[in-house]
Amino acid sequence: MPIFSPTEIAKDKVEAVQDYSLLAGRSLSNIFARPRYFADTLLQADSIGVGSLPIVVLTGFFTGAVLALQTSSTLQQFGSLSLTGKLVSLSMVRELGPVLTGLMVAGRNSSGMASELGSMKVTEQIDAMRAMGVDPSKKLVTPRVIASMIMLFFLSIISNLVGLTGGFMISYLLLGLDPNQYWTTAYQALRFGDVFMGLCKPVFFGFIIASIGCYYGLSAKGGTQGVGRATTQAVVAASVLILVSDFFITRLLMGIFQY
Amino acid sequence: MSSLAPPAEQRQPTSTPTVDTVIRFEKVEMAFDQPVLEGVSFQLPRGETKILMGTAGTGKTLLLKLALGLLKPDAGRITVLGEEITQMREQDRFALRRKIGMVFQESALFDSLTVEENVAYRLMEETGKLTDEIHARVLEALRFVELEHTVALFPAELSGGMRRRVAIARAIITQPEVILYDSPTGGLDPVTSNTIIELIVKQRDVYGTSSLLVTNRLQDAFTMASHYFDQEQNKMVPVTDGGVRDLHTKFLMLRDGHIIFEGTAADLLRSNDPYIREYLS
Repeated sequence: MPIFSPTEIAKDKVEAVQDYSLLAGRSLSNIFARPRYFADTLLQADSIGVGSLPIVVLTGFFTGAVLALQTSSTLQQFGSLSLTGKLVSLSMVRELGPVLTGLMVAGRNSSGMASELGSMKVTEQIDAMRAMGVDPSKKLVTPRVIASMIMLFFLSIISNLVGLTGGFMISYLLLGLDPNQYWTTAYQALRFGDVFMGLCKPVFFGFIIASIGCYYGLSAKGGTQGVGRATTQAVVAASVLILVSDFFITRLLMGIFQY
Repeated sequence: MSSLAPPAEQRQPTSTPTVDTVIRFEKVEMAFDQPVLEGVSFQLPRGETKILMGTAGTGKTLLLKLALGLLKPDAGRITVLGEEITQMREQDRFALRRKIGMVFQESALFDSLTVEENVAYRLMEETGKLTDEIHARVLEALRFVELEHTVALFPAELSGGMRRRVAIARAIITQPEVILYDSPTGGLDPVTSNTIIELIVKQRDVYGTSSLLVTNRLQDAFTMASHYFDQEQNKMVPVTDGGVRDLHTKFLMLRDGHIIFEGTAADLLRSNDPYIREYLS
């Protein structure tokens, strides 16, 4: 008997993708079905949105600052130091703001969701919920998915703003750029497509973060060790999926807006 | 348990067209890596309690989960309260499950909710909030299990026996037509076990609830088969009228995926099956 069977591994992977797809689909279709758990959604929005604010602000600020610092030396070689605002603005809004916010929130909330739901699963609380006639996908998954999608949208906006402020601090205090010039170039650089791209991505990332966290939590097995494993897998999978989907969303939107 | 308060009212089970058989298994098969249940058939008539026994790993808990529709069998038909759940969509099963109570082996209380919120969970799902009426019904259910004082506590603050009793209160609050008990006395001391069994007997005799009970404790099983709840004395007492009183309690024994015995306590004790003799010894 072989130690592992490639066929079995392939079957397991396909089954996992199928289960995830079904759960992800149900989490969205539940939005249109009763009962709707507004209180749970608000609670999750508070936990995901307000709870993640400090790390998102810190990450955004220092990313914007280091972006200005790193690019200033290159721009200076071409005598284009005045374009620092434009560069920070485009990089933050189109790419770094949503992606870094997504990664930070994934690290904090995918793991939280996986461990919370995983603990409920291994202690039969999920079965108890089903036994009492309550659909866990409606009660637990959909509120988290909706809250993540909405809150990541706003968190990304905050991250972009704070990142631009970080870039401004470096440009003004260290590089001696005129504040008006920095903010004018930063503002004028942005086109509709850039803003759309920057606001579209966090909604997808929010969906990935919550659906992956819930999927790994609900499929946890093997006691506390299993919960730990589910938590780790959730963070890794959510982070990787954010980066992979970022590429495809960027490519698609670049095609649509003809960059 | 002489201090058990009598129930405030004897609520009728939630309305469903009356069926004589509340649970029916027909040639049910289930396998994971190996077959666990093979052609299991039995029925639970209304008002009857069936005590399911068998060694560890014979599929007793699995059988309860199948009856509740938490799992789908590989083959066979399961009918619960007149509805065949084997072909039912998961979404449709939720409505049916609201008519069934379940007491899990490890209680499965929601650890982030208080005792009151746990017991009121089903009712709060319907109303969305904890109303005065729900609060009163929670207190009534907790009074039934003598845990009225724990209403504001969290499950982690309760002992193992108290958690089981809260789980029973949670299962009976809507007065379901059938209750499934998964090893309700497993891992408990004899005194606490007796308290739990008395509650189950009370539910059986006072409300006439049908139930399927899994246990490995012979003492508990035979206590259920030989005692009834006397409402005048407000406690569980042994049958002393020469066995005339019908306690509507029967035994099922599982072995190697098959039901090898179905009958009364007296039939079980008279059985010549070597496996059953060994199990009882």
